[in-house]
Amino acid sequence: MAEKVLMLALSPTMEAGVITKWHKKVGEKVSEGDLLCDVETDKAVMSYEASQGGYLLGMVCEEGEGAAVGATIALMGVEGEDVSALLSEAKAEKASGAGGKTGPSGSDGSPSTVVDAPAETSASKEPMASSSEADTLPPGGRKRSSPLARTLASRNGLEVDRIPGSGPGGRVVKRDVEQAMAQSSAGTPAGTGMISPAPGAAGLVTGTTARGTATASGTVVTPLSGTSMPAPSGTDEVIPLSGKRRIIAKRLAESMYTAPHYYLKKTVRMDALIVARKALAAKGEKRSFNAFLIKFVAEALRRHPQVNASWQGDSILRFGHADVGLAVAQPDGLITPVVRDCWHKGIRQIDGELAVLIGKAQQGTLRPEEYSDATFTISNLGSFGIEEFTAIINPPGSAILAVGEIARVQRIDENDKPEVISAMTLTLSCDHRVIDGAVGAAFLKDLVDMMEDPIRVLL
Amino acid sequence: MAIITYREAIRQAMDEEMARDASVFLMGEEVAQYNGAYKVSQGLLEKYGPKRVLDTPITEEGFTGIGIGAAMVGLRPIVEWMTLNFSLMAFDQVISNAAKMRYMSGGQVKMPIVFRGPNGPAEFLAAQHSQALQSIYAHFPGLKVVAPATPHDAKGMLKTAIRDDNPVIFLEAEMLYGTTGEVPEEEYLIPFGQADIKRPGKDVTLVVHGKPLRMVLEAAKTLEGMGIDAEVVDLRSIRPLDEASIYRSVGTTNRCVVVDESWPFASVGSHVAWLVSKNCFDLLDAPVELVSSEEVPMPYNHRLELAVQPSVDKIVAAAKRVLYKV
Repeated sequence: MAEKVLMLALSPTMEAGVITKWHKKVGEKVSEGDLLCDVETDKAVMSYEASQGGYLLGMVCEEGEGAAVGATIALMGVEGEDVSALLSEAKAEKASGAGGKTGPSGSDGSPSTVVDAPAETSASKEPMASSSEADTLPPGGRKRSSPLARTLASRNGLEVDRIPGSGPGGRVVKRDVEQAMAQSSAGTPAGTGMISPAPGAAGLVTGTTARGTATASGTVVTPLSGTSMPAPSGTDEVIPLSGKRRIIAKRLAESMYTAPHYYLKKTVRMDALIVARKALAAKGEKRSFNAFLIKFVAEALRRHPQVNASWQGDSILRFGHADVGLAVAQPDGLITPVVRDCWHKGIRQIDGELAVLIGKAQQGTLRPEEYSDATFTISNLGSFGIEEFTAIINPPGSAILAVGEIARVQRIDENDKPEVISAMTLTLSCDHRVIDGAVGAAFLKDLVDMMEDPIRVLL
Repeated sequence: MAIITYREAIRQAMDEEMARDASVFLMGEEVAQYNGAYKVSQGLLEKYGPKRVLDTPITEEGFTGIGIGAAMVGLRPIVEWMTLNFSLMAFDQVISNAAKMRYMSGGQVKMPIVFRGPNGPAEFLAAQHSQALQSIYAHFPGLKVVAPATPHDAKGMLKTAIRDDNPVIFLEAEMLYGTTGEVPEEEYLIPFGQADIKRPGKDVTLVVHGKPLRMVLEAAKTLEGMGIDAEVVDLRSIRPLDEASIYRSVGTTNRCVVVDESWPFASVGSHVAWLVSKNCFDLLDAPVELVSSEEVPMPYNHRLELAVQPSVDKIVAAAKRVLYKV
């Protein structure tokens, strides 16, 4: 009786993972808690530990291959057990792109589901064409297509990578291209995205609008010969989505289109803080500007608990702690390490933790509990010389602070005299479902007052 | 047209060529007084006498070498091997002498010789006598290798082989000798290097040579019942190989299954599959499939013997795979 080892959701938002390294070989004994493999999730590389002991009998996913959460990645059982039937079945299931999402979610923390070989438990009989999620992650990250499908697609000005594949592993085959051609020539609205934008290809589109467009009155408008399209200056490139990029896109779009954003802007006079930081640094206490910022934000949140809250659909959750996230750019997309419980930490401790988290973020080794569930988020683009900007709220928080550069500016003081100060513009994005305008404004005003006059933190 | 057996077609070809050319003669084990182990040379001793139909000792290397020597001095021998499995005894004569002599003599010496006999598995012949050896002979430049599968092709191609000035390996099969087919009354020759479309179709190309043709045609009929229109390309001649006909067919169907009853490693089938993969790359909608024998010595147990060879079911399954109709 062999057991399937399933891909687990190793982060809250993970839908699929890529096995980057196996730490056990086939035939090797595995004890509970042993490191089984490394899995690249949507945000980081995670360790996958065995939840129970046994012998690793076969691998369904080799290194570099991806699997949807719930899909079988390996088989475990007693030593020497013959799992060839189960293994080929699991591989066939993987090749068909089925399994995965319909399988057990493994969210209870148990990676293994006991099955009697060769009985089939997961619903793997769904049509291949519908399992597009798993199909888009073939080994090597490139979408599969038959040579004929590619030839047909390019001859007809279609991008083969954008056509849903119905073959094994999501391979795009002739019938898929023919279907796409039928769709595009049947006059589907523009924006289905399968038609290649390459200007040279336009003339080859069968039966569509390449040569002229039929207008409502039935006449045909043909482009003037003098207005031919310019020759392409470079080749368009299709970049397959990484798991991380997919998640970023999904979450930010969700936030932007469901949370009604509004924006509050205020300029902070930074001279006092600059002097204070310099004085501390002179005594060997060099602390990052972001650590100061996080602490001030935490203190402002303490005074305005309505801002430290989350929209829950049928209720508002007011957090009992201030977990402040800081957006960190990485080559493959941003990530937001979170400093927990900032009400009970000083700037020194926040700075120390932040340094460790940023280091991990840059190496891609942040664990989910280190980057998820910020109650408030800060995005600082000051180092790029950005004067001010607006940010998209990072759920489950209801507000995000966009921080611009510190610049020397001239302004008129209370005595109508011009003066030169160091100033920085903060823009607060709020979810209006949770934070009304006056509440957001009061929060921002208190934050700015404390930053300009840090003694206020003690009041 | 007369309907005759494969055995009779070969006998007629030898008879006609011996009548036509006095330099043609037949030699081999049991070919004369016994009329051949498979009765292919029935009546030839009576008609042409012991100088042109010669029984040899059981010494393949010896009589194969004698045949090669006779060809070098201008005769046109037909050497019958009782089975291709026995030809392994004469392998060095064929490879080192027959295949090389014309080349190494700068064209001074011709090698008009035919080696013929049954090749491939029959039934109950066990591991040593059930081998399909065409891939081995096809490996060597200097030999022509043909494997006709019907009486019509066998007669026309054996006459061509006998008239050819190069050594020809002519592959028959025990299981084919009793099969029948139409053969024209009048004389005809079939040139080498021309594949024959045994069944036209548009959905999938099935490439085959020799005995498994019958199985492939049966598979095509089964596929027809499933609404799949298979085209059967019978290579007939392995060397020279009619690549153009294969590519023409794959160009229509975009899918190819190669059937070869020998083992898959470095075989005629795997070579053809590679040629198609390489030269039809942009035309293929699915990876080329190869249906071959399993990589084991032939089991004696009959059920296993059949199980390790290509079958109608295996061919149908492969055709469905390349059509993504699994």
